[in-house]
Amino acid sequence: MKFSEQWLREWVNPAISTEALSEQLSMAGLEVDGVEPVAGEFTNVVVGQVVECGQHPNADKLQVTKVDTGDGELHDIVCGAKNCRLGIKVFVAKVGAVLPGNFKIKKTKLRGEPSNGMLCSESELGLADSSPGIMELPEDAPVGQCAREYLKLDDVSIDVDLTPNRSDCLGMLGLAREVGVLNNMPVLQPEEKHIQPSIDDTLPIQLDAPEACPRYLGRVIRDINPTATTPLWMMEKLRRSGVRAIDPVVDVTNYVLLELGHPMHAFDLDQLEGGIVVRYSRPQESLTLLDGNTVELNENTLLIADEKKAVAMAGIFGGEGTGVTESSHNIFLESAFFAPTAIAGKARSYGLHTDASHRYERGVDPQLQRRAMERATELLLDIVGGEAGPVTEAVSGAHIPADKTVELRHARIAHVLGVSLPEARIEEIMQCLGFSLKANENGWSVLVPAYRFDISIEEDLIEEVARVYGYNNIPNTAPVASLTMTRQQEARVNIYAFSQTLISRGFQEVITYSFVDPKAQSRLHPSIPSITLPHPISADMSVMRVSLFPGLIQTVVYNQKRQQPRVRLFEQGLRYIQDENAENGVRQERVLSGIIAGTINDEHWGMEARPVDYFDLKGDVEAILAKTNDLNSFEFVAEEHESLHPGQSASIYRNNEKVGLIGSVHPEHERKLGLHGRTFVFELDLDKIEQRQLPVSESVSKFPANRRDIALIVDENVAAGQVLSAIRKVGGNQLVDLKLFDIYTGQGIEPGQKSLAIALTLQDKERTLEEKDINDVVDRVVESMSEQFKASLRD
Amino acid sequence: MNLEAIIQQAEQSVANAADLNALDEVRVQYLGKKGEITELLKSLGSLAPEERKSAGQQINVAKQAVMQSINARREFLQQAQLREKLAAERIDVTATGRLMPTGGQHPVTRTIERIESFFGELGFQTKYGPEVEDTYHNFDALNIPEHHPARADHDTFFFNPELVLRTQTSSVQIRTMENEQPPLRIISPGRVYRNDYDQTHTPMFHQVEGLMVDENIRFSDLKGILNDFLTNFFEEDLEVRFRPSYFPFTEPSAEVDVRGKNGKWLEVLGCGMVHPKVLEGVGIDAERYTGFAFGMGVERLTMLRYGVTDLRAFFENDLRFLKQFR
Repeated sequence: MKFSEQWLREWVNPAISTEALSEQLSMAGLEVDGVEPVAGEFTNVVVGQVVECGQHPNADKLQVTKVDTGDGELHDIVCGAKNCRLGIKVFVAKVGAVLPGNFKIKKTKLRGEPSNGMLCSESELGLADSSPGIMELPEDAPVGQCAREYLKLDDVSIDVDLTPNRSDCLGMLGLAREVGVLNNMPVLQPEEKHIQPSIDDTLPIQLDAPEACPRYLGRVIRDINPTATTPLWMMEKLRRSGVRAIDPVVDVTNYVLLELGHPMHAFDLDQLEGGIVVRYSRPQESLTLLDGNTVELNENTLLIADEKKAVAMAGIFGGEGTGVTESSHNIFLESAFFAPTAIAGKARSYGLHTDASHRYERGVDPQLQRRAMERATELLLDIVGGEAGPVTEAVSGAHIPADKTVELRHARIAHVLGVSLPEARIEEIMQCLGFSLKANENGWSVLVPAYRFDISIEEDLIEEVARVYGYNNIPNTAPVASLTMTRQQEARVNIYAFSQTLISRGFQEVITYSFVDPKAQSRLHPSIPSITLPHPISADMSVMRVSLFPGLIQTVVYNQKRQQPRVRLFEQGLRYIQDENAENGVRQERVLSGIIAGTINDEHWGMEARPVDYFDLKGDVEAILAKTNDLNSFEFVAEEHESLHPGQSASIYRNNEKVGLIGSVHPEHERKLGLHGRTFVFELDLDKIEQRQLPVSESVSKFPANRRDIALIVDENVAAGQVLSAIRKVGGNQLVDLKLFDIYTGQGIEPGQKSLAIALTLQDKERTLEEKDINDVVDRVVESMSEQFKASLRD
Repeated sequence: MNLEAIIQQAEQSVANAADLNALDEVRVQYLGKKGEITELLKSLGSLAPEERKSAGQQINVAKQAVMQSINARREFLQQAQLREKLAAERIDVTATGRLMPTGGQHPVTRTIERIESFFGELGFQTKYGPEVEDTYHNFDALNIPEHHPARADHDTFFFNPELVLRTQTSSVQIRTMENEQPPLRIISPGRVYRNDYDQTHTPMFHQVEGLMVDENIRFSDLKGILNDFLTNFFEEDLEVRFRPSYFPFTEPSAEVDVRGKNGKWLEVLGCGMVHPKVLEGVGIDAERYTGFAFGMGVERLTMLRYGVTDLRAFFENDLRFLKQFR
């Protein structure tokens, strides 16, 4: 809600600066979003009258004028505006004037004719963004008066960003009331007039949906002057409130909307066929709105109709066919109360948002209709004349929101706020806000005024007290609670432990969007259906990610384009998998995912900058998994994955349950997604890897360890990991360590085979192992490997 | 040969020995098994017994003298050799080290971890909730019924009329209170989503929700704890103000501003006393228990703390930006 400070001060005028007033409003919950001057900065502009006006001898589009500015001489001024003509009153920037943008007016000659000043348009004075010609002033504008004074331009527009609960402040009436309370001052209101009808004309009004529209007032006004214009003072108030002037009738209804916060509508009486019916829309009914669009009406849309047709979407928008135009002579004024529940969401469902719907869906004072009607009539008769009929009121008393009474306990205020206020102060605050109080044993019964739709429980009243008392006057205290320890599960690895491991291994954490490009995602995961966002920000952010790979890959590409040769990234977050059995049909799984590309290290004089490979990343993953103190429970099994290189991808299992995958991005994807060089990725299910083995301490052997190296020749397709875990199984308790220290193919090994060099470390807790013990274990291992993998010892 | 001459000769040889090997040869020549002085000692037996003692003493003195010279020379030669070796082993210690550069935490995570730490110390447990959320938890249970203007203000990403990307972490309040009874102290960090993208809005951002429900929790406690938090988070005594506002799930409600270095107030979080309807909706006695809730914008706090000027930088993940946060 935007309003003129001067207008507010006509109602209530506290002796505080604009800045203090803005601060006061913000601190009362009416957040001031902006304060703008209502005109540009200018000096030496006065009211003048064009007393001579003729064609410029050397220019078709210019006129030469003599202008009286009341200073005893006539000024020669050349003007290019089409509407410049003899006799009109205008704003004149005299020689020496400075206009907005530091535009200085000097004596000059235009095409040979002297021009000592300028006739101004609205835009030249910063009153409008653009204007078709010079600004014409009313005939009674006093020649010689300073323009700033004449238009009272030393004013600002204050824009308050009202929260949805404060519909009562969507008009000067409510704003002034609020400012009055905050400054403990009475509010002057325009006198409420009762307009005596001069004709008997009425239209019948029928309420078919009284729960949605329990009160509807109508009035016929005949024989208005269609050529009348809106007075400058009203245009200025509308302008300063951000409302465009249209024609006098519409301007008056808008003015009342701003003044009282009450929307109104005017129909062209001659376009209405029969009386008014307020009803819900019928099947297949449509309505052409004032903006020219025809809408098919949903059921449950509340309408204003005449006997034949829908004429307006109630509380939202008028219809085109019955709207007031320049040729309207007779009008029908509407002032109605529509229940917020009947209006809420309706405008939005048609893609509309109007000043009226904004107010009705938040709540308009159900007692204000007659006052709004009388005020609008008064203004209309003043401006466009005409004969007013009597007010017809249709009302369904049972459906008018009942007065609410809310109990307010004195002790509860202190209990909720943490500050105890004297009863008298509370009563003062409540009464100023328009609440009526009846004291009782514990506090008060509070009668809530009809315009406060937001007050229905005790806490609402407590907030009012706190708001006016001032949040910042409430002390800061430390909450008191029992000191109970929180549960800490040692057997779960904290996510930060995983991420710290990655960070110390050179990985940078990133956060990518949860919605990704469907093309990239379906390339990487063609068989996993994604969940689509029906109204995304853009097409490339329109599906929920099924893995973190699309975002990570995109981030690598982004950084490679910015000359980053070495990229190591990780992210943790959710992936979203369709699953009928999951809550809301979506499995939202926490995963930890990483990607590496480029060289293993930065260029360095003492290290080789080779490209990264699978085993670099596998080592990083093993470092993460080692956090579980249970690395041996994990197994890497060669398995193809649609995103990955078929010969360089593995699934990671923990106790036979799949917990993740790792591999090299499929070269085809690398190429199509724009990656430079080989790129390796992993993804781990956090829920499945967090479980950590608590240490169970055993004594350390005092006896020497023995190392035996064996070289096993196996088929090249035999997985080294399987050989190692098989050795671990048959090795027994004395096998305390196992290392694969060489994989060899080439001379001395037959094609199709490879040699695995393995170091076995043997140790016993109770005694020194003898040669025979050691040989027993080694023989057992070799024999078993020979059985399981057809392995033979290399000579 | 007279002893004096031998000594003189020996010392000359010692002085001439250019390295340890040459010196050893000198030692062997004089003191070795068949060395000149050793031979003299061996010849003592052939002397008359009365001469033996004094001759022996003289020879021993000579032997000691030669030995001392040799030792001194050895010490000198060893030092010289060491110096040479050390000189040869000199490296340029200023050349770059074999550093494996560490990565870094994303600034948003860094802020979340700090917030978890501040509140964790006060016994607030961290909870997580789903991001694809039903409208019940995201709106209805938070006292934002359908068609409520606040619901329209959220720029919600809808999957269908009942399913959304959560617009606020407040949904986790409800999920927690559905399962646990007071006293409650939780915070819940996470991603939230709004359909808005411009210089000051990204369609995804982060919030940390906080909730405390107990028998005697007051608005002044909310003020106290948030004031305390902001002072600790920024590690300075910032000016903090509480401004009345409106959230359907809190009453009274407030927005909290801090005064920036340029003197302007900047909104950093929203908060309030949990609305009795919200408590009643999850079966908590609103007469007996009161509570506060707050929701802070993680990006905003991070920007203020580290001077980040463009919100969008957080999700562009330019390494040159991220590497500043170590």
